[in-house]
Amino acid sequence: MNQTATNGAGRASVYLDHAASTPMYPEALAVMAQQMASVGNPSSLHASGRAARRVVEESRELIAQALHARPGEVVFTSGGTESDNLAVKGLFWARRAQDPRRTRILSTAVEHHAVLDPLHWLADDSSAVVELLPVNRCGRLETEALRESVEPDPASVACVSVMWANNEVGTVQPIHDVVEIAHAHGIPVHTDAVQAVGQLPLHFAASGVDAMTLTAHKLGGPYGVGALVVRRDLELTPLLHGGGQERDIRSGTIDAPAIAAFATAVVMSVERQAEHAVRMAELRDQLLRRVCEQVPDAVMNGDNDCAVTNRLPGNAHIQFPGCEGDSLLMLLDARGIESSTGSACSAGVPQASHVLLAMGADDVRARSALRFSLGHTSTQGDVDALVEAIGPVVERARAAGIASGFGVARKAG
Amino acid sequence: MRVLAAMSGGVDSAVAAARAVDAGHDVTGIHLALSRNPQSYRTGARGCCTIEDAGDARRAADVIGIPFYVWDLSERFHEDVVEDFVAEYAAGRTPNPCMRCNEKIKFSAVLDRARALGFDAVATGHYAQLLPGPSGDIAMHRAVDESKDQSYVLGVLTQEQLAHALFPLGDSRKDDVRIEARSRGLAVAAKPDSHDVCFIADGDTAGWLEERLGSGDGELVDGATGKVLGRHDGTFRFTIGQRKGLRIGRPAADGRPRYVLDIEPVTGTVVVGQREALSVDHISGTSPRWCGATPSEPHHGTVQLRAHGTEHAAVVNVSGDTVRIRLLEPAQGVAPGQAAVVYDGSRVVGSCTITQAVRHDPTRAAAFEPA
Repeated sequence: MNQTATNGAGRASVYLDHAASTPMYPEALAVMAQQMASVGNPSSLHASGRAARRVVEESRELIAQALHARPGEVVFTSGGTESDNLAVKGLFWARRAQDPRRTRILSTAVEHHAVLDPLHWLADDSSAVVELLPVNRCGRLETEALRESVEPDPASVACVSVMWANNEVGTVQPIHDVVEIAHAHGIPVHTDAVQAVGQLPLHFAASGVDAMTLTAHKLGGPYGVGALVVRRDLELTPLLHGGGQERDIRSGTIDAPAIAAFATAVVMSVERQAEHAVRMAELRDQLLRRVCEQVPDAVMNGDNDCAVTNRLPGNAHIQFPGCEGDSLLMLLDARGIESSTGSACSAGVPQASHVLLAMGADDVRARSALRFSLGHTSTQGDVDALVEAIGPVVERARAAGIASGFGVARKAG
Repeated sequence: MRVLAAMSGGVDSAVAAARAVDAGHDVTGIHLALSRNPQSYRTGARGCCTIEDAGDARRAADVIGIPFYVWDLSERFHEDVVEDFVAEYAAGRTPNPCMRCNEKIKFSAVLDRARALGFDAVATGHYAQLLPGPSGDIAMHRAVDESKDQSYVLGVLTQEQLAHALFPLGDSRKDDVRIEARSRGLAVAAKPDSHDVCFIADGDTAGWLEERLGSGDGELVDGATGKVLGRHDGTFRFTIGQRKGLRIGRPAADGRPRYVLDIEPVTGTVVVGQREALSVDHISGTSPRWCGATPSEPHHGTVQLRAHGTEHAAVVNVSGDTVRIRLLEPAQGVAPGQAAVVYDGSRVVGSCTITQAVRHDPTRAAAFEPA
């Protein structure tokens, strides 16, 4: 099962960026290749179409079963960004159409851009009133802040969107509390669970959430496919209009090969979740401990209590004082070790993480952190390689930080 | 050597990076994000500059087969180049932002960081040659392709900076560089050259400055008679020697064109007059930067007074931070703020920022030049 990860250059790499994308399971790859060789649009009425449709519906059932949802609740999309957009915009528009008083959307300051940017856009375009609730120093939503925001005027809330677990610092959000507070007033809850599937135990029905985003490439499936798991009775205004596929919520030819591979990956990752979480957490704890031995002033970001109820088991987010994150990334990359500074814009410019800023970090601290994320192909050797490299890399990055005046206040204005 | 290739997304820097690889260096490509152009819906967005240029640079790095990163220098660039540009215009001078960028960003902020990260040199697509100098140091010479020569804008580099610079295109002609880019499969082979100030996207420098400096209107005055000829809407629209855009209704008495002679930012007065009045033969400069040793004796050589300008035979005297230049023949349209770059044949000796140009006075002796 242990594939050797190779980077684009074909070089063996120490891949510590599974939260960005994790290698496909060979089983998923095989299913996808096999299905791609078959002709047939799942919406066609002939035998080939029916065969393709059967693959899609079996996949839907497998995914539903793995996530404790009903098959009819699984709406296939192109991935996390589309699912988040569909949930946030679709819910807002539908709920406000039902009752024009529903203008507020409540969310957190640490959501992924696939939620934050649609929210800002809705504020500009559709006069939505967006409230981004504060998080504590671990990056966790203050439940009381949500309660204080909802309760004085619950009738004005169109929806609540809170991620299941944060992609940068791995903090697990109090989803059950969020659902309890929102549902007390009949407000629907969306959650972006892109990072959670396969990492944490996840039960759609028991969680009470009304809509949940997932994507295949973060759990061993292919790029370009995902789903919004959404309660049947929840009305959503579609983003894409066309052939009326996917309950009329998401038009577009159904991608049977990708969906088949997605289902294979969901089933495998959910089946292995408990064992995987234990193995990841052990490796991650070791990574944190040994990196901090090499770099004594390194500081872990996120929840210090690394229990799986608090933090994604594969997530290590470390701040290296005096170092620019992108210097560290580049120096590690040159040694074949692949990590992440958080979000980068399309030009590739590293941005100070809005997540760390929301957690109370200043700009300099927010730019001096690296995320190492483990996944199903991670090995002891990966951790050893990082531990061996990190000392000299930090030393060099610190020298570069001094050379470029990083962290030194420059003249104002 | 470990070389950091600064890749703008243009053809020159792409070929320069490829040549550095051919020369056996271990090359990493970087694109400098310099402009602050916050994208909507991005909180704390910094330096997402021309995404297309960054993409072109990335594709060139792919083709060359080198790692590629984007470095965000927008803050430094804003402080050291953009703010300086605005302040210089506000003071009635004509700055050269490319030169300032070379001095403060490419061969300072970037080079310092690169060296600390373990790189030995920064390679760029500038057209200039680095050759062994007279005293075992490194001498910078004009490029083989005179029409593309950029030694003027590099005239601010010191020996320490030159010792860690690579200009792989200095011995080539631009046409050949484009042909080479094509044969290397670089998609930027036919990309047009960039000309304008890079941080003013639409090329409307006057409009851009007006947004920052306000209109700042004032009088247009005849330098000979002191008569007010009209009004203008901003001293920053003018540079010494400018003829076009004066918008004076009446022609001069003799029917000859008028030129900007002087800009007085405090009163907002722009002085105009005849071409002869533009002639200067003594120039004072400050903030000298020497590529090698500081000239200790009066230096008999040439000076270039603006980018793509001609060379003027001159005698250059250096005294601490002050440089005095005597031109053997008068030059016209010498604008304070621009650099005077001193040459010895094709070799760059150094540069200074022009602070004052003294009108040519045929009756005056060479008293300006100290004994």
